[in-house]
Amino acid sequence: MIIEFRLNHEKRTIDIDPSARMLDVLRDDFGLTSVKEGCGEGECGACVILVDGRAMNSCILPAGAVCGKSVVTLEGFKHTKRYRAIENGFLKAGSVQCGFCTPGFVMATESLLNENPHPTDEEIKDGLSGNLCRCTGYNMIIQGVRLAIKEGEGLW
Amino acid sequence: MQFRGQSVKENIGTSILRVDSRKKIRGEAEYIADWKFDGMLYAKTVRSSKAKAAIISITLPEIPEGYAVIDHRDVPGVNRMRTVVSDHPIFAEKDVQYIGQPILLVVGPDRETLYDLAAQIDIQYREEPALFTLEEAEAHSRVFTDYHYKKADPEKYFHKAERIIEDTFSTGYQEHVYLEPQGMAAEFKGDTLFVYGSMQCPFYVKHALIETLAMPEDNVRVVQTVTGGAFGGKEEFPSLNGCQVAVAAHKTRRPVVMIYDRAEDILCSTKRHPAKIRYKAALDKNDTVVALDIDVLLNAGAYNGLSPVVLQRAIFSATNVYNIEHLNVRGRNFMTNTVPSGAYRGFGAPQTIFGIEMLFHTIALKLGLDPLEYKMRHLLKQGDPTCTGGRVHETVKMPEIIQAAVERSGYYDKLRTNKKFQGIGIALFLHGCGFTGKGESQIRGKIVLQKCRDRVILKVSSVEMGQGAETVLRKIVANTLDLPIANVLCEKIDTGLIPDSGPTVASRTTMIVGGLLHDAALEMRARWDEGTQFEVSKIYEHPDYLSWDDETFRGDAYPVHSWGANVAEVEIDPVSYELTVKRITAVYDVGVPIDERALIGQMQGGIVQGVGWATVELMESEGGKLKQGNLTDYKIPTSMDVPDIACYFISNPYEFGPFGAKCAGELPFVGAPPAVAAAVSNAMGCAIRDLPITPEKLMETGHDH
Ligand code: FES
Ligand code: FES
Repeated sequence: MIIEFRLNHEKRTIDIDPSARMLDVLRDDFGLTSVKEGCGEGECGACVILVDGRAMNSCILPAGAVCGKSVVTLEGFKHTKRYRAIENGFLKAGSVQCGFCTPGFVMATESLLNENPHPTDEEIKDGLSGNLCRCTGYNMIIQGVRLAIKEGEGLW
Repeated sequence: MQFRGQSVKENIGTSILRVDSRKKIRGEAEYIADWKFDGMLYAKTVRSSKAKAAIISITLPEIPEGYAVIDHRDVPGVNRMRTVVSDHPIFAEKDVQYIGQPILLVVGPDRETLYDLAAQIDIQYREEPALFTLEEAEAHSRVFTDYHYKKADPEKYFHKAERIIEDTFSTGYQEHVYLEPQGMAAEFKGDTLFVYGSMQCPFYVKHALIETLAMPEDNVRVVQTVTGGAFGGKEEFPSLNGCQVAVAAHKTRRPVVMIYDRAEDILCSTKRHPAKIRYKAALDKNDTVVALDIDVLLNAGAYNGLSPVVLQRAIFSATNVYNIEHLNVRGRNFMTNTVPSGAYRGFGAPQTIFGIEMLFHTIALKLGLDPLEYKMRHLLKQGDPTCTGGRVHETVKMPEIIQAAVERSGYYDKLRTNKKFQGIGIALFLHGCGFTGKGESQIRGKIVLQKCRDRVILKVSSVEMGQGAETVLRKIVANTLDLPIANVLCEKIDTGLIPDSGPTVASRTTMIVGGLLHDAALEMRARWDEGTQFEVSKIYEHPDYLSWDDETFRGDAYPVHSWGANVAEVEIDPVSYELTVKRITAVYDVGVPIDERALIGQMQGGIVQGVGWATVELMESEGGKLKQGNLTDYKIPTSMDVPDIACYFISNPYEFGPFGAKCAGELPFVGAPPAVAAAVSNAMGCAIRDLPITPEKLMETGHDH
């Protein structure tokens, strides 16, 4: 099936089985390896991408579902000011250890702040609860989001 | 933002930005699944569906051009994974011993075709009676390893004891859930085999390859790729899947890549050993424990592998921070037809330390005494004999640590004012730094520092796996040489380019490898003007006041210990019995922190993993099959589950550690579970004897009460 969608702000057309996992399409067909596979069943958030601005687990998203939509991965997002703020927040707070969960957390943070630019700690925890991190124990990620909000004041 | 090295020695603990984080945040770090090789083949493992069986026949479908099947007959050398006990077959031969045991690989260019082919392979088995639980294995005496040690005269003191108290505690499986599943790749370049992947111990993999591939040492190179968490799960396991892809690359002469998905990873990778620990305590007329009989049982699974050394740490940690005069300690690894257990953060110590903490807690409550005061009566001091008859050489700051934990948490106030279903509990603990017994003196870790004009390259085999090793090691050298951290670089982890400084395990990286680097950097500083290019190398020597006898288990099992106290606060829902860990106050003596933020990251992560093991992480095996086979069923803590955590450090420099540092990575794991259990016991007014503490178990004990 021919699928047309926007990928990192560019128009793309591919001929693909619409039931293919978006995760594989992005990693294998487009070489976008920031999208990680941690579980393959929608539990860990390592594969989070933005579909029309909303965080989605690409491992359980069939390619057919992005038809006509805008998909953004970290490769596309990392050129933005918002990304900068998140990067600086994560750097300074020590939000990163092994890093395998990190791209997913960056994208989930963007989606969270997009919907709610001034979340409480509880709302941050809730907004990131679909993303697993086995290394940090989360507190330093939450702190990273706090710093990002401060640094990126007005961006969201 | 610049990465800046501090130049003042006193400020070693002041945090710097991690050297590896920006790449990771940008999604540019390349994990093994992100690697591509020209002409690469994927691999899919076909595994045993039986817990114990003879393999009668294997029928293959037609294998298309470009695809191949690899089994034990393709192994050029030894078909066993080299480790402490090299008993795990690389590929099963005539029989299988657990569900998930690898039998063969199918390799080829297209993953879907591979999965189809694998599904069509028909294996006929003749099932045999199997043993699954510790209880069954004990009843049938299926023992892999049986260790025993004694201190002074326990028989006599049991004989004249005022009172004898017996109790038994148990703990369950734990899955590592490193977020990056296991993955390895192999390729030949000419005669040289290159193996790449996610791992903790490149030289373990190398030595395993040399034996299995029957290749000369110089033709085998192992390269670590960015590793997405490990926690012990990538200590011995990568030697197995590394050998498998290497055999496949050897047969096909093509690069072969094997990445597990989560379900496969959970099915076949090692886990924390389920344990049962039986105690018999002899009390004198003051109610002090004068003699202990400890019987430690670990479920090693179908192969022994490195379980003997896990068992050693378990039994050498069995008296925790307490000085018990008379001891009789036995430890056994049992064989069951279940997935092999292996290394996991804490390495056997979390099980026995949970046991003894709950034993002291329970005895105190039975005697109507305050658990903390009762524990403090038995505390080890500097100069005291350890359980193995060595010495506590270091200054012991437990009284200060405990005081800080009590004050910072408001322990006694809360103990008084807590209502039912609210609880507070304290745990005391230690962790022996570095390898057990003769380990460090046998490995004799080597490091090299190379000066290249204004830069210094450090060559070590300690890997960055998320714990911050690269930042910490570079920082030690940068600070010693007064160079910016950007001028101090790590050589790539490629066994062809680095010396063997030992595996990245046992919380040994900062203290042992960092210590060697510190020494080398001091020498380099003194010789700085000798030339623009020169090398300094160091080999580890165990401090000579330490002694150890591997036969009798007498002496200093560890050169030094890190210490701690944790206070946990919990709440339990009176209807659903759901448990919430509200707060952890943690105080540690890790010598001197090398980087406070990196250290707090380790501590928080370790605490949350420990809380997970103690509460939500339930994994059960039934008939040799894991009931929780994916992350939907096996729950780990999420951001919603994490407690408030406050960490404090008490400085206590160790003379042989870099800047005074001791070990840190495993310590937080050891302390949190018994603190949570003590808090739950306080909330429910009942003893906690089994981890994880699930609502179902609480409901039963709650109703008993
Ligand atoms: S890989 Fe998609 S949620 Fe885990
Ligand atoms: S940093 Fe390792 S899983 Fe989050």
